[in-house]
Amino acid sequence: MTVLLAIGTGKGLYLARSEDDRRSWRVSGPHYPMNAVYAVAIDQRPATPRLLAGVTSSHYGPSVATSDDLGESWQEPEQAPVAFPADTEVTLERVWQIAPGPAAQPQRVYAGTQPSALFVSDDGGVSYQLVRGLWDHPHRPDWGAGFGGQAIHTVLPHPTDLATTLVAMSAGGVYRTGDGGASWNASNTGIKAYFLPDPWPEFGQCVHKVARDPEDPARLYAQNHHGVYRSDDGGGSWTSIADGLPSDFGFAMVAHPRRTGVIWNFPLTADGERFPPDQRCRVFRSADAGATWEALTDGLPAEPFYPSVLRDAMCADDAEPAGVYFGTRSGEVFASRDEGESWAPVAAHLPDVLCVRAAQV
Amino acid sequence: MATLLIPGVLRPEAGGSGRLDVSASGTLRAVLDEVGARWPRLERRVRNEAGELRRYVNVYVDGEDVRRLAGLDTPVPAQAEVQILPSIAGG
Repeated sequence: MTVLLAIGTGKGLYLARSEDDRRSWRVSGPHYPMNAVYAVAIDQRPATPRLLAGVTSSHYGPSVATSDDLGESWQEPEQAPVAFPADTEVTLERVWQIAPGPAAQPQRVYAGTQPSALFVSDDGGVSYQLVRGLWDHPHRPDWGAGFGGQAIHTVLPHPTDLATTLVAMSAGGVYRTGDGGASWNASNTGIKAYFLPDPWPEFGQCVHKVARDPEDPARLYAQNHHGVYRSDDGGGSWTSIADGLPSDFGFAMVAHPRRTGVIWNFPLTADGERFPPDQRCRVFRSADAGATWEALTDGLPAEPFYPSVLRDAMCADDAEPAGVYFGTRSGEVFASRDEGESWAPVAAHLPDVLCVRAAQV
Repeated sequence: MATLLIPGVLRPEAGGSGRLDVSASGTLRAVLDEVGARWPRLERRVRNEAGELRRYVNVYVDGEDVRRLAGLDTPVPAQAEVQILPSIAGG
């Protein structure tokens, strides 16, 4: 079994490969050095998986590159893969999320961008078109921007209902379409926006990440800018699952690839104190959809630990048992080959880790 | 005919060349439009989709920074040298 772990950093993409059931890793890179890689995807639908990376040069701008040989070579189209049409009067800052579509649409890929917009590709992620239904949403002028910029950072296509897709943005919150993207509705009922005068608005929440349950597509898990939530109705309403966690702040939320109700996150103390609680490096896992949580520390640093884990810098692979991975802003990457029970370092001293994705290839 | 000088990091998008001859002249915009038609991946690293020079890319016409001249409307005489250079940026 070969597992590929793609590590997007502030200064390029690193690829880690394991040929021995994730016991050891060989790291290559950087690919696209000096480019910030906010988004990476491993599309397993083609016979040979396709890698997709959102790469942004501070000098030469953003692009999306693809590789059909697991990172040996990279391609970009002649024309900009993601570009705003002239009438929008904005330009692309960066791609924050690349999400392969459902199995029934093998060429479909979504891209979430800064400024907040959704793009769709029907050629496997080479070229993309703006989703006008969301761009034209009347809420858009009031969508806010967090410190990282105003972006759609989460795109969750429904695995079987091709008309249904969920996105999340900071700030703005969760939006859903049930008609293939023509119309979108804010979907934040129950999610608190403590930083607004009305803490329960229709939209404006700063949702950091949403993950979809593998067995029940209507079940979703969200890490918010303070608040950890679950929805059992496709995002129609949200209830807190933060009890049992040492803090309700953080960025990442990851769902198990197959087992319902199993999720991981990496709490930080608070908005105003973005260190792990008690300066301890701990991943938290729930096996009951957030009702209870347990801390996972075996193999993680025991000394005081200060780095944070960003919203896309945690992921699971699709192997059995599932592997779990996270990278830090201090350039360390850790892997678990047993669903979080034990951990080992994959890499250290990399640039700041922005995103990770892993899969059997 | 003007000559375009390409920084090393962008040469893969110019067929590996550090110098390109462009037939357009008149304004920098016309020169970059020709670049866009012939080497589109090169052009989109210099200008964004709105056609504006990217913030941290500097362009010099015969040694003069176009931002101190007329930007994309800067005249580019025949035989001019148009140099693209990355500005000092990044961490």
